[in-house]
Amino acid sequence: MAYRWGMVVDLDKCTGCEACMTACHAENNIASVAPEQAARGRAMHWIRVERYYEGDFPDVRVKFRPVLCQQCDNAPCEAVCPTYASHQNEDGLNAQVYNRCIGTRYCANACPYNVRFFNFFNPEWPKPLHLQLNPDVSVREVGIMEKCTFCVQRIKAAKTAAKAENRGIVDGSLQPACAQACPTTALVFGDLNDPESRVARLSRSPRGTKLLEDLGAEPKITYLQRQPWYEPHTF
Amino acid sequence: MDRTLNKGLNDDLVRPLFNTSVWFYAVVLAAGTVVACGAAAWSYQLWNGIGVSGKRWPTFWALYLTNFVFWIGISHAGTLISAILRLVNAGWRRPVTRCAEVITVFALMIGAMFPIIHLGRPWLAFWLFPYPNQRELWPNFRSPLAWDFFAINTYLTGSVLFLFLPMIPDFALVRDRSTGWRRRVYGALSLGWRGTTKQWNRLETAMQIMAVAILPVAVSVHTIVSFDFSMATVPMWHSTIFGPYFVAGAIFSGIAALIIAMAALRKALRLERYLLPLHFENLGKLLLLMSILWAYFVFNERLTVWYGNEPHEMAVFWATQRGTYAPLYWTMVVCNFVVPFIILANPRTRTIPGCVIASFGVVIGMWLERFLIIVPSLTHKQLPYSWGTYWPTPVELYIMAATFAAMVLLYALFAKFVPIIAIWELKAGDFVHAPDAGVGAADPHRLDAGASSPARPGAAS
Repeated sequence: MAYRWGMVVDLDKCTGCEACMTACHAENNIASVAPEQAARGRAMHWIRVERYYEGDFPDVRVKFRPVLCQQCDNAPCEAVCPTYASHQNEDGLNAQVYNRCIGTRYCANACPYNVRFFNFFNPEWPKPLHLQLNPDVSVREVGIMEKCTFCVQRIKAAKTAAKAENRGIVDGSLQPACAQACPTTALVFGDLNDPESRVARLSRSPRGTKLLEDLGAEPKITYLQRQPWYEPHTF
Repeated sequence: MDRTLNKGLNDDLVRPLFNTSVWFYAVVLAAGTVVACGAAAWSYQLWNGIGVSGKRWPTFWALYLTNFVFWIGISHAGTLISAILRLVNAGWRRPVTRCAEVITVFALMIGAMFPIIHLGRPWLAFWLFPYPNQRELWPNFRSPLAWDFFAINTYLTGSVLFLFLPMIPDFALVRDRSTGWRRRVYGALSLGWRGTTKQWNRLETAMQIMAVAILPVAVSVHTIVSFDFSMATVPMWHSTIFGPYFVAGAIFSGIAALIIAMAALRKALRLERYLLPLHFENLGKLLLLMSILWAYFVFNERLTVWYGNEPHEMAVFWATQRGTYAPLYWTMVVCNFVVPFIILANPRTRTIPGCVIASFGVVIGMWLERFLIIVPSLTHKQLPYSWGTYWPTPVELYIMAATFAAMVLLYALFAKFVPIIAIWELKAGDFVHAPDAGVGAADPHRLDAGASSPARPGAAS
């Protein structure tokens, strides 16, 4: 049976430490832009931790929400790409073919989650980070879009290894860099087609919601959070 | 119409082709310099990447796409207006049509540049062509950008034909009055025109067909441009009103551009006897109508959003209505509605200067409208954490200035090499060039074989 990769993000476990972001940058050869370029909105974080503040000082609560590509089943980014650079692959991932991208940036506009990033310049890394590029991940040139791939290079490697041993991928043996780095295991990755996988069981949790579900993009990422998300005394 | 009148017409309207004033060189030099600066700016951007523009996460479309929509809008000046006026057989159209059709072709050429300037990797723009290739890759026909590509190419092809067909008899006229290289060039352009009855009939039939065919193309092209926005679930983009709203805005800005171009030509080429106050008066009335229609569309769009009170849309709504973009928004309302309405609703101010002032207002206002459609929505998408901002950089402004200069440059060059007023059309409609005599009542548009019209223009001059 085909895989259908998905993720669960437990907001009640997330501490906002941003280890996922760092791991993602290291794994996926994401260019680090200079501070002044970051201030101009050119920073690329395939996963980001959104912070929302509730209440007035001193009764303030901070909410963290890691946002990465939601790997939508009905992805708004795919239909609008004039060259098929953005398309759904056989595992249900929203794949981005870097070589086919001409940089219309339409996908980024159509994406309601703003999780697609554009290479405004050729990528560069401050020394010595240029020595630690991941050889399994292509480096993206100026003028193209990039986004979270669910660490497709790891998925490919795991599939090849499993095929060599004539078995399926064992649940939990494959993790993208963000889930691997998460100290509180707030991020859980796995195959949604396997009803007994951890991610499939968690995504059926009554705590589960989808981000901007009403837009109908059918994301494969489920957010778990204690209900309700506001102060109990408001009831 | 007698021979002397014909000769006067010919002399007046062909004169700019043979006599060059120092002003022509001045305009070409000035506009050419600005265009060269823009070309340098684009080269700089090609070398370094789109990062030299002000675009950022999440404002991935901004000034270039604003100019794209703006120029495609301006392009509706010509073909649409001239086709409508031809079809309803409005006699006063005759001196106006070519000025209008040229705007279409040049504005389309300029507008179609912007999606390429805006690409991350413009050298791969040809991937939008459905050309056969070894890997059997096709463009994605589900993408509104692919629709755009075909719509604009169709419109450009149609407009060039629509412009070229009625130029043939005038090319023949210039051919017959010139010698040397000019004779050879205009001879080739006139495609062997001799002015026979058969040729006239064919030309008239072709013009009728083109005028009918170009209307749906013109309407569809700006509707498809609007689909670039309305197909995405971006707040305030995802709206059913966008198609007609964009088309109305396009015709609106197109008429304004036409009035400005006509006023400039009238002064520069001394065409006071041909471009009469009546033409400005009539186009002014059309502009007034479109201004009211535009206000109606804006009211509809804004009221439904406000009443629906949907949080994502309200963020954009208030950002334009009284937030960051409010100064631009209210400038737009003043430029597009208040100023044109006050000037053009009053017959005493609906003069040539009045129409030109109103038109400048409309051009500015419609540019702002395009900007206000694109940028506030992208900077206020659904997740408030990802809200952003946008500020243009000099590179973008140079390129934008260059396109306005390019329009002036192309227009000046065109008026230098082609009679800017369709001479044969002027003769075909009993055009009396005395400003107080009005424009001919009897206006047999179709020059049927053996018609009694004494002036069989073109051939005999």
